[in-house]
Amino acid sequence: MDDLIVDFIAETEDSLQELDQDIVTLEQTPDDPDLIGKIFRVMHTIKGTCGFLGLPRLESIAHSGENILGKFRDKEIDINADGISLILESIDNIKDIVLYLSENGEEPAGDDSDLKNRIASYIENKGQSGGSSAPAAEAASPESEKTEEKQPSDQPATQEELDELDRIFHETEADDSAESNDTPAQDNAAPTPPPPAAQEKKPEPTKTEAKPEAAKAAAKPTGAKPAQSLRVNVDVLEELMTIASELVLTRNQILQIMRQDENKSFETALQRLNHNVSELQESVMKTRMQPIGNAWSKLPRIIRDLGQELDKKIDLVMEGEETELDRQVLELIKDPLTHMVRNSADHGIETPADRIKAGKSEKGTVNLSAFHEGGHIIIQIADDGKGLNTERIKQKAIEKGVMTKEELAEATDKQIHNLIFDAGFSTAEKVTSVSGRGVGMDVVRSNIEKIGGTVDLVSEEGKGSTFTIKIPLTLAIVSALIVKVGSERFAIPQINVMELVRSDQQENKIETINGSRVLRLRDHLLPLLDLKKILQLHDEPEIVQENEQTETPVSADETTNSDTDEELEKKLKEENAFILVVQLGNSAFGVIVDAVFDTEEIVVKPVSPILRNIEMFSGNTILGDGSVVMILDVNGISKSSGDISVFAEDMRLATEEEEQDQHDENKKQKEALLLFRAGGEETKAVPLQTVGRLEEFDTKDIETADGSYVVQYRDRLMPLISVDENHKLAEKFQPVIVFFDNVKNKTMGIMVDKIIDVIEETFSIEQSKGENGLLGSAIIQGKATDIIDVTHYISQASQGDWFDIKTTAAYDREKSFGQDYIKRKLLLVDDSSFFRGILEPFLKTAGFVVTTAEDPDKALALREKGLMFDIIVSDIEMPIMSGFDLAENIRKEGIWQNIPIVALSSHATQEDKDEGKRVGFNAYIPKFDREKLLNALKETLDGGSAQTEQRKAS
Amino acid sequence: MAEVHTIHEHTDAYDDLIEFVTVVLDGQMFGVPVTQVQDILGAVQLTKIPTAIKEIAGNLNLRGRIVTAISMRSHLGLPPSDKKAEDLMYVVVEHESDLYSLVVDSVGDVLKISEKTLEPVPQTLDQTWLTITKNVHQLEEELILILDVDMLINNLLSPQGKKEKKAASQ
Repeated sequence: MDDLIVDFIAETEDSLQELDQDIVTLEQTPDDPDLIGKIFRVMHTIKGTCGFLGLPRLESIAHSGENILGKFRDKEIDINADGISLILESIDNIKDIVLYLSENGEEPAGDDSDLKNRIASYIENKGQSGGSSAPAAEAASPESEKTEEKQPSDQPATQEELDELDRIFHETEADDSAESNDTPAQDNAAPTPPPPAAQEKKPEPTKTEAKPEAAKAAAKPTGAKPAQSLRVNVDVLEELMTIASELVLTRNQILQIMRQDENKSFETALQRLNHNVSELQESVMKTRMQPIGNAWSKLPRIIRDLGQELDKKIDLVMEGEETELDRQVLELIKDPLTHMVRNSADHGIETPADRIKAGKSEKGTVNLSAFHEGGHIIIQIADDGKGLNTERIKQKAIEKGVMTKEELAEATDKQIHNLIFDAGFSTAEKVTSVSGRGVGMDVVRSNIEKIGGTVDLVSEEGKGSTFTIKIPLTLAIVSALIVKVGSERFAIPQINVMELVRSDQQENKIETINGSRVLRLRDHLLPLLDLKKILQLHDEPEIVQENEQTETPVSADETTNSDTDEELEKKLKEENAFILVVQLGNSAFGVIVDAVFDTEEIVVKPVSPILRNIEMFSGNTILGDGSVVMILDVNGISKSSGDISVFAEDMRLATEEEEQDQHDENKKQKEALLLFRAGGEETKAVPLQTVGRLEEFDTKDIETADGSYVVQYRDRLMPLISVDENHKLAEKFQPVIVFFDNVKNKTMGIMVDKIIDVIEETFSIEQSKGENGLLGSAIIQGKATDIIDVTHYISQASQGDWFDIKTTAAYDREKSFGQDYIKRKLLLVDDSSFFRGILEPFLKTAGFVVTTAEDPDKALALREKGLMFDIIVSDIEMPIMSGFDLAENIRKEGIWQNIPIVALSSHATQEDKDEGKRVGFNAYIPKFDREKLLNALKETLDGGSAQTEQRKAS
Repeated sequence: MAEVHTIHEHTDAYDDLIEFVTVVLDGQMFGVPVTQVQDILGAVQLTKIPTAIKEIAGNLNLRGRIVTAISMRSHLGLPPSDKKAEDLMYVVVEHESDLYSLVVDSVGDVLKISEKTLEPVPQTLDQTWLTITKNVHQLEEELILILDVDMLINNLLSPQGKKEKKAASQ
């Protein structure tokens, strides 16, 4: 594109933006010759430049607009709404063409003769609207009947466009307008001045429907003398910003080194450096700062149009438009802000008639203000309209199933009002245009939250509503809390953290509900998320000595609580955790971390593309000590906690009561099952514990290799198996249940027709009919449900390398175990949740009462509690403590000394077997040969006690 | 980049010579085009990235830029190295204006190889190996596989990331 045209576009866009404001001001202060002159000149410049650059279409529109303005200036025509509308319309056309020009480098085809003709006839008629096709002129038409006619047909049309939320407001409004339409013709005489007079006068108030404050506000920035300024490419500013941020980090690093170093000779120089860098950072930040007024410039026009369209009288008062904020943030809040102001004017402010009825002045006010507070900018949008209809929202909430009647009865008005931000409340369409039509309030809120902001609402019925938006000044540098989880450090933006709680045994006690941890916080139950689990981190021995020197964490296990004695403290160490209370939308939850360090100003950097799919992190940063940390994304954390794999890990050994339940023979266990449909209508189920993920693959991506289906998954080929032989691929997306073996790093998928649900239910498995691939069937939710034997399908997929499965269909249950083993108590120790998931249902089917432990420590903890088992089955290869060590420990001391132990291992060499025998295993079974396992269990239980007797004797 | 230009300008005879940084992984030599190598680092402090795929070794700080380290052994399906973490080497490469570092066992000399002697990779290799290598060259003693850095990183993008990229390029 021609450089000249690029410059022209930039310049024109700027002046057009000013024009919008100026013309609205002009309508209110028609006899300001300076203003007319200014507008005229801008139009003229555009016209002139266009002629020079060869843009005929733009030139001719600008020319027409200039004509009207010329007549206004020379006082040949009085300024009125029609004229202003025509000018605004030509400006809109110019904008469209300029936009097209900037994208395509040339003018769009088409002509504007209609507009030009109307302008010509307007000028000819000396200010009387010539053509009836001018839409704006229609709305402001001086003929009173016309306005009367228009109302009924116009209102429903707009109503249809509104989203759900808007309808709440609008329905009441529609009633009102219906009333006012019916009544004025007959009854108007009584409350208001005689109708004919009032109606004839109507054009008058439209003209003088002045917005003095708005006029002043709009005039302020434009009236000022242009400051000395320079156009700088945004990229250059960004670059400068990055460098300055790096400099800040380097300074922090040097300061940290200096603190440890006693060398004083650098001190003065360093102080100066420190000071200068701070100033540099501030100045650079300033270059990115823009007055918030820039985001508001369109609003007076929007409110004016809206007022005319809806026949409302609305004042837009703007305060604090000089308040500055980062241009990136400014861009991001522009649309939500526009929508909210529009909403306030559209649905908050009543019609003049209603306002008078309510005892208010007929003109409504929307007050928009901005100011700084701390490191944030606060934007308030207040209207003096009718406020939110609490009852209507309640009704909606029940309809939509967002809240129950009981919940609503307990909720405060404020909580109810804030429901309008919930996704369920609007149709949640995407942002469609700058005007904000079709944007639900939930989109507004999510946009604001995306930039680390919050939005709040206070409303009083009949008095009006106030929205308060709080956003950070800049996105580049945020204040963050540095926390430690496992042996890793993470940053969490401070704006997300409402408070920091230390759990203890008294007030702030961590309790569990079915394995989910909650905290009693000032009489409210706060759901807790364990970051260690979500991030799949493990406790690691503290060997981070270097870090300890530079920063001393307030570690949960270091400080002592004077109220509890030390011994108890030690025991409860695990529950004595730090909890970050985090607000997300309307709900709060707690995040458990191991330690909390200082707060630090961090520069948010995006993660590299290969990490983008991890939603737990919103970015990464470099701390003052030079180390890289990940920045936690509160949204992502809460989302991932819904991930079934997290809860699957969570289910074992959750609470003491649960363990007791597990050992109470009369009680059946609750088991989580994934229900699905595959081949036929009946429901099938698979233990949730074994399930890695649920995926949907594009059918196109599923390939055939060697007669079986495969799909590329996580960059390797994953075999896909179907439950019934005649399975056909789904038309578009094929739902697949994915199974992982973390230990061997293998995956496989079972193709199903439909995933139905995840349920947790008590059930007992009936013997299977001997079919391959079925563990048995059970009554689940009142229906007979086949429970799938995952191992069978794994063996299908394995082709030898998946697991050491020799044959799965081979075992004969009848033969392997009899009624004798029913209710025998078995403890299964295996670090792989996958194997636990496979073995547990299998052993249960065989009649055992199974308890699982994910590592030897947990198993030994059960011994400390005094639980007894008939037999223990343990894996050998486990981190921290191997199965050998476990067996040795069990045999050495304690109440389990005489319980037979069976080893499961994928390394079944003779040496291993010998070692196993030495430490006290009764049998050594290769993993995963189920026939052998059952046989071994049978043998061991029969002869086990005898053997141990022997061992003892020898 | 500058070095390559000088070769082009001054020594026409070696017009087709390409320089490769040689690295070794589990005894196999690989070559990375010098033009793509930004830096070579020794002992670095790696930050683990929880829940990331296993090919991602972590993040490191390269003069204020965050660089994601890719474990080449893991990517190639090789067993983990028995070397200590601080003895491994990090070859920093640029891909679409982001920096990545390839974690390798050791870094050797820079070799000049004539473009003409580069042969296609035998199709019998493992799928991943085929994807992330471009060519093979016969040295006297051993074979050197030329890494395709762009494919190597693209291969690690999640399906979603790939889709986004496709959409962006259209």
